[in-house]
Amino acid sequence: MSTSTIHDIGYRHYDGRRNGRAYVLRSLYVHNLRAAFGLGRPARAKVMPFLLAAIMLLPAAGSVAAFAFTKEPDALFRYASYAVIMQVIVAIFLATQAPVLASREIRFHVIPLYFSRPVGHLDFVLAKGAAMASALFALMAVPVTVLYVGGLVAKMPDSGEQVLKWLGALVGCVLFALVLAAIGMVVAAFTPRRGFGVAAVIAVYMVSAAFVGAVQGIAEAQTNFTLQGWAGLFTPFNLVDIVQVRLLGAQSSSAGVPSGIEGGIVALALCAVIVLGSIAVLYRRFRKAGLS
Amino acid sequence: MPIIATQGLTMRFARVTALDDLSVAVEPGVVGLVGANGAGKSTLIKILLGLLPPTSGTATVLGLDIAREGLRIRESVGFMPEYECLPPDVSATEFVVHMARMCGLPPTAARERAADTLRHVGLYEERYRPIGGYSTGMRQRVKLAQALVHDPKLVFLDEPTNGLDPAGRDEMLDLIRRIGAEFGISVLVTSHLLGELERVCDHVVIIDGGKLLRSQAVEAYTTESGVLTVEVDDGRDTLGQHLHDQGVTVHPEGRFLVVDIAGEQTYDLIRDGVADLGLRLIRMEQRRHHIEEVFQAGPAGPAGPPAPAGAVQPGAVQPGAVQQGAPR
Repeated sequence: MSTSTIHDIGYRHYDGRRNGRAYVLRSLYVHNLRAAFGLGRPARAKVMPFLLAAIMLLPAAGSVAAFAFTKEPDALFRYASYAVIMQVIVAIFLATQAPVLASREIRFHVIPLYFSRPVGHLDFVLAKGAAMASALFALMAVPVTVLYVGGLVAKMPDSGEQVLKWLGALVGCVLFALVLAAIGMVVAAFTPRRGFGVAAVIAVYMVSAAFVGAVQGIAEAQTNFTLQGWAGLFTPFNLVDIVQVRLLGAQSSSAGVPSGIEGGIVALALCAVIVLGSIAVLYRRFRKAGLS
Repeated sequence: MPIIATQGLTMRFARVTALDDLSVAVEPGVVGLVGANGAGKSTLIKILLGLLPPTSGTATVLGLDIAREGLRIRESVGFMPEYECLPPDVSATEFVVHMARMCGLPPTAARERAADTLRHVGLYEERYRPIGGYSTGMRQRVKLAQALVHDPKLVFLDEPTNGLDPAGRDEMLDLIRRIGAEFGISVLVTSHLLGELERVCDHVVIIDGGKLLRSQAVEAYTTESGVLTVEVDDGRDTLGQHLHDQGVTVHPEGRFLVVDIAGEQTYDLIRDGVADLGLRLIRMEQRRHHIEEVFQAGPAGPAGPPAPAGAVQPGAVQPGAVQQGAPR
């Protein structure tokens, strides 16, 4: 029997494969998506995202159960309205997790380590934005799918129509995810302290919702329904709901929706401006952080 | 081929000129970059990484142009910043694996290289704990590991000994020497402490106010100077007076006498003087220069004309300057 010894084989050079830009981009995306749910972090980082994800699922599950017992189609939430009904939970998720992705690495000066490697500035921003949007999409699309599958299992009539409504709602979820991620990431990227970041994102959501709510209330009292509809453009959930109602054929779940197809087109254009604008702002923000 | 070459590199910010017409070329090996705080060391590294375009001038790193081939430079160099740059809530392993993947290493290779590199820098079981609980010395090791994990050809180490205690400092310097000698990776290491770099570097570049002060192999800084240190048991002043009377230039310095060497006869005069006065000679040795003198020579020579900083030559050190250098 031989005695085992530890051999110090010294430094070994790496002459294996080095993958290109696509691999780096994918790795960065996966890393950030994991971070959005606290994976690869201590347990306390996982509490908030998974708790919120569970809260998102509860009403959907309850609704499916109610439908299965009563066979009353109204017992099942409308797919497209689920994100709007649960918007407070979605906003809290955005507020707690956007700082994790957008400001944590700025605060701890990790950014220069990326840009001293073969990582492009635009790739970096796109990977982070896509990871945040994907996390939000999963948060909203999973309960919507639970509703759909539950309805299917419990024999919801008009299954062909349900598929279309479900797919329309998923498109709506993509749009919600993109717009919310864009707003949340920008706000968080300019508030390096995490606590402030959470507060700032919540504040932007609350203030815009309250302001628009007030304007819509006054407009409704004055029977000015045009103003009531257009005011909806200025708060994220109502904005995307306008697109859902006018372009994806959903029923309205918001206080005000401008009439006609052009309302939907304006809302969609505004969504695109928000997303592209946030990419431009984040690009500059991270580029600056990379040089500090 | 020089690993780093700059031609007329200038970097101006709104109010300060960080680099002023810097032209320097260094060969592979461990290269020290010395300068006071604000001398432009970190700015130079950012420019060489291709992150900051210089106001004017050109540079190449590993033969690649910083303006056109920045991406290829960043593929083959590593960078350890001066400041804290580690997220506190992930483990060293997780972090270094992630950084390896950011250089394009496939998942398995990234994990293997991360484990290897962390072992080489001296992090063992603690590498599975979150970085937030690490000591400064351990953090510096993680920062070094992330710079080495993708097996670069050149690493930029910005003030790697900052904040370390003397023992940690020695270990870090030893690691830097091993990176150059055993790992075969060229190193550009910055510091504001010359004594440190004298121990690990092959070549030292000194910049001051963004200007090149000196770029030389370490031996050139530490060549023999034109002075002798003489130590006698008692009667230092008697010997000094005796030598002075015979026309020898001599200064007292602590317990020693510092004697300018005028020629072969200087040695004889000292020997005879000691014998005539019946003193006990403890030592007589030719003094070597220290890199520090480059800084002391300019402002500290009240006797000589204040030499322009760039024109200081080894061997031209004023006696007054030597007098200020502590005996080593």
